Amino acid sequence: MTRAIFPALKRPSAIPGFGLALGFTLTYLSLIVLIPLAALVLRSAALGPAEFWQLVTSPRTLNALRVSFVCSLIAASINVVFGFVMAWVLVRYRFPGRRFVDAVVDLPFALPTAVAGIALTALYSRNGWIGSLIEPNGIRIAYTQAGIVVALTFIGLPFAVRTVQPVLEDIRRDLEEAAATLGASRAQTFLRVILPALVPAILTGFALALARAIGEYGSVIFIAGGRRDTEFAPLLIITRLEEFNYSAATAIGVAMLVISFIILLTINLIQAWSRRRFGSG
Amino acid sequence: MDIRIANVRKEFGVFPALHGVSLDIKSGELIALLGPSGSGKTTLLRLIAGLEQPTEGEIYFGNENASYKSVRERNVGFVFQHYALFKHMTVAENIGFGLRVRPRSTRPSRREISKRASELLDLVQLSGLEKRFPAQLSGGQRQRIALARALAIEPRVLLLDEPFGALDAKVRKELRRWLREIHEKTGHTTVFVTHDQEEALELADRVVVMSQGRIEQIGTADEIYDTPASPFVFSFIGESSVLPVNVESGKVWLDERPLDLPAGGMPNGPARLFMRPHDVEVVEGGPGAIPGVVSLIRRHGGSRRVDLEVGARRDRIEIELPADFNRGTSSRIAVRPRRWRLYPAEA
Repeated sequence: MTRAIFPALKRPSAIPGFGLALGFTLTYLSLIVLIPLAALVLRSAALGPAEFWQLVTSPRTLNALRVSFVCSLIAASINVVFGFVMAWVLVRYRFPGRRFVDAVVDLPFALPTAVAGIALTALYSRNGWIGSLIEPNGIRIAYTQAGIVVALTFIGLPFAVRTVQPVLEDIRRDLEEAAATLGASRAQTFLRVILPALVPAILTGFALALARAIGEYGSVIFIAGGRRDTEFAPLLIITRLEEFNYSAATAIGVAMLVISFIILLTINLIQAWSRRRFGSG
Repeated sequence: MDIRIANVRKEFGVFPALHGVSLDIKSGELIALLGPSGSGKTTLLRLIAGLEQPTEGEIYFGNENASYKSVRERNVGFVFQHYALFKHMTVAENIGFGLRVRPRSTRPSRREISKRASELLDLVQLSGLEKRFPAQLSGGQRQRIALARALAIEPRVLLLDEPFGALDAKVRKELRRWLREIHEKTGHTTVFVTHDQEEALELADRVVVMSQGRIEQIGTADEIYDTPASPFVFSFIGESSVLPVNVESGKVWLDERPLDLPAGGMPNGPARLFMRPHDVEVVEGGPGAIPGVVSLIRRHGGSRRVDLEVGARRDRIEIELPADFNRGTSSRIAVRPRRWRLYPAEA
């Protein structure tokens, strides 16, 4: 069967079961991902194109989408930079408590996001430990877009660290030594030898942290604080649902889906390019 | 560039890797550092490169004390066992790396750098591979590129750390000959580390045999092989058998039997008799020979190897005999070493 359908894909292989494995993969992907998404798209299709477009481009929706995507991009960028530094420290240095720090990195994964949101809000609000220090200086974090970025940074951090860490561990010391014997300075070694080898992993970390941030609801809801200028897309969807306006909710959902898909596809393409460029890494 | 290593000690934490090593390398020489793992040979090479700092002692490049110069300042070409090529750069970019990272004032133009890369590719006989990436090359090709990259900076000394260690036997042999040719063409002072004695003896002008952080012997292949300075060198280089013996009144005794071997200046007491399998011949019994029982016979290329059990403790020695040796196991024969060395017994 598969031979007939995929003549170009079917190559003699030492491992049998290509047909079965591909069939399983497609079925599983359909059940878990594609069918629910198709239902979403179908539901919004009931709206008709004009109405759909009007809903998606209404100022409130546009603002929510902008808040969601801009904050997510900022948070993912912050995570890539500081996640890289953390991965570097964890891989390159041996210090007391390293295992402990290594374990703490994963906590944002384990904590229920709502708990994280409440904790962050308590910290950054006017009476909180951090909020009480910075608000007198005119910096507000809680109930602003900056607060959303803080929450999204919190939940995305493990991705940025965990994707770079193993690749960094695999970079052999002799590469740096080779660069040094050839006369490269530390900065040159870092920028020209180490960083290029890490680009694919850094991009993966960025993509994962971004995807996680775009869909995040629980940790953001408290720190965003229900103001119109901090209304982010998932919150707007919930609001529409509570109004029993299912079509509007699905329309925003579809818009998010399309934008996310385009961003992730772009990152994937850049990655494929850099993999080709940088060899197997 | 002459290199002088004077009383260099190196400790890693409390672990001593080198105990006061001294070595003079003449300009243009090809030197092998040979020893088992843990002998300190790689540490010595890395100290010369500046990849490690000595705990004590000095390293001179010519008349200049290089001990406290950084790797960057020493201008050495270093070739690593696992190539250490930059896999995101093409072959030409790899070779040109050392020139591209120079400060603007001394950096050659792009055109000169790419011209230099092509010349070096010719030298290592890989012309036309400029645009390839390291992942597209075989192990032997990668190591040649690594050497070209090291030569690109016109190093004062070329250092190679087990350069052929990761390659298969056939490629190793080819590259060995090829490295010798390159050395003769370019005339760089070259030091390479190896644990392969064949490689060291065949390739190097002088071999430095190391063990446990000390230099055991420095000499040409002939000197190392024919007049080993210590029991370690004798047993490490080539094949050998050891027989515990006694020296008394100028004679060598195996158990209660005097052997027909002069003891030279050895003091009385227990000693070890070292000999090589091909330096032992069968004799017709008689006084002074070593009698033994054949315990194992096996074919070994054009000859036969025979294990002989000798003396009261049935110590085993290995001897090489012509292929037409036709006695069976358990037969008794007597042998006498043509060449041998006596060393005091281990304390």
